[in-house]
Amino acid sequence: MTVSTTLLLRRRAANASFVVFCGLVTAIALAALAAILWTLLSKGLGGVNLDVFIKATPAPNSHGGLANAILGSIGMCVAAMVMAVVIGMLAGTWLAEYGQRSRYGAVVRFMNDVLLSAPSILVGLFVYELLVHPFHSFSAIAGAVALALLAAPVITRTTEDVLSLQPTALREAGVSLGAPLALIIREILWRSARNGLLTGALLAFARISGETAPLLFTALNNQFFSFNPLKPTANLPVVIFNYALSPYDDWRNLAWAGALLIAATVLVVTIVARIVAQEQRRS
Amino acid sequence: MNTLNPVVDQFETSIADVDRAEVKVDVKNLDFFYGKTKSLKGVSIPFSRNKVTALIGPSGCGKSTLLRTLNRMYALYPGQRAEGEIMLDGENILSPRTDLARLRARVGMVFQKPTPFPMSVYDNVAFGVRLYENLSKADMDARVEEALTRAALWGEVKDNLKGSGLGLSGGQQQRLCVARGVAVRPEVLLLDEPTSALDPISSAKLEETVTQLKADHTIVIVTHNLGQAARVSDYTGFMYLGELVEFGATDELFTRPATKRTSDYITGRFG
Repeated sequence: MTVSTTLLLRRRAANASFVVFCGLVTAIALAALAAILWTLLSKGLGGVNLDVFIKATPAPNSHGGLANAILGSIGMCVAAMVMAVVIGMLAGTWLAEYGQRSRYGAVVRFMNDVLLSAPSILVGLFVYELLVHPFHSFSAIAGAVALALLAAPVITRTTEDVLSLQPTALREAGVSLGAPLALIIREILWRSARNGLLTGALLAFARISGETAPLLFTALNNQFFSFNPLKPTANLPVVIFNYALSPYDDWRNLAWAGALLIAATVLVVTIVARIVAQEQRRS
Repeated sequence: MNTLNPVVDQFETSIADVDRAEVKVDVKNLDFFYGKTKSLKGVSIPFSRNKVTALIGPSGCGKSTLLRTLNRMYALYPGQRAEGEIMLDGENILSPRTDLARLRARVGMVFQKPTPFPMSVYDNVAFGVRLYENLSKADMDARVEEALTRAALWGEVKDNLKGSGLGLSGGQQQRLCVARGVAVRPEVLLLDEPTSALDPISSAKLEETVTQLKADHTIVIVTHNLGQAARVSDYTGFMYLGELVEFGATDELFTRPATKRTSDYITGRFG
């Protein structure tokens, strides 16, 4: 066989230029990320100190921290994730295992996709009408519900996708032993898919942990600690939003510190989950 | 080509008789449909007690489809249906009254690719047993050991029963699946190309296991490997285009095939 040198050279040149192009594009994306992280670190790190974690948000020109907002954010995110994981995993499982071919399943999947890309401010307004207006008070519960509404579609989608990726043979192996589908799902498919399910939950957490719009209409804010879930509750995104727009330097510094905290949390949670997932795979 | 009449050859079939008293599963005039496509056409084949019956034939001939009717695996998928009769100890399993869980406790299956569950070796084997029997810890331990021994895997895993089934090699995983299947003590064991994903040494081990298992089970094995069919089976059915072309004792079928289509297939002229 004769090899055409020109053809070979041209292909090599095309390959090389494409690899360079890909590297360049990756560098641009990474540079943007690095710039964001750098800004966050340089402006936020100075503001992070012990007071941030133990003192409530201050009045203008006085000293304080973000403790009430941190507590509120953790509380609402955890409550939202509990609701969203239950609803999302069950809905996604139903879509993948029971309703995948049915008309109802197709409708549910479509509506879920719509919800997935619904503007978060709309979700906030919806929950405002549902849980704030009728009760005449902003509340942590309303905030958690709004966040859950944003997280649930993400979890539904990833659960369905991850379960659909499980080999048919695994399902059939369970069926061939005479196991009921519910047991096959619980004992075999969920276990086999747990890395993916965990990733889905984390994606959802990452999505809601920085959401501001839905909380503006629901949890609102609170300058003080609030342990009543029926009352307005401080949370990091809204505090950041308010303080970042304020004319006071110490408020703006706290806003940067809060932003850094959210970014760091998402990073840590992601890393921890990766490690857990890897250990599970090894065992 | 020494045939006298090729037109007759096209449709020639030869189904040998077996001792009817020894028939465990009797398939009678079975048609199978994937939606509108008919992929089994009037198949009648007996599977004898404590014998290995091999199903051979080119890809798409319906041998796996036939196998999957024997435990009604196809019932998972709407649009797939079987018509005819499959008598298991005189009871038609295609009847809508059949309890599928009970049927599958009686008819076990091993798949083409190893399908260990994401749990420990012990739990893999105990999984099916727990569905039907409430055993004490000691009894379950004994059952797991027995199943693993019969699948020729005990020696390799006895010190690591708590280890994940996914950590085993491919051949070990497949024998784990055999152990999982036999732990339930099924009467019939279906093997769907069980060695196609294994290396020759693992395949040989599995074949040996199959030969030993027929003391307790009626075994049906689908295989692409003609040598394997010849080695492990007592009876062989040759299928082509959804039909059973020839069925008979394995020695007979491989040495003196009764039909030209069988002869062409086993000598490598097509397929």
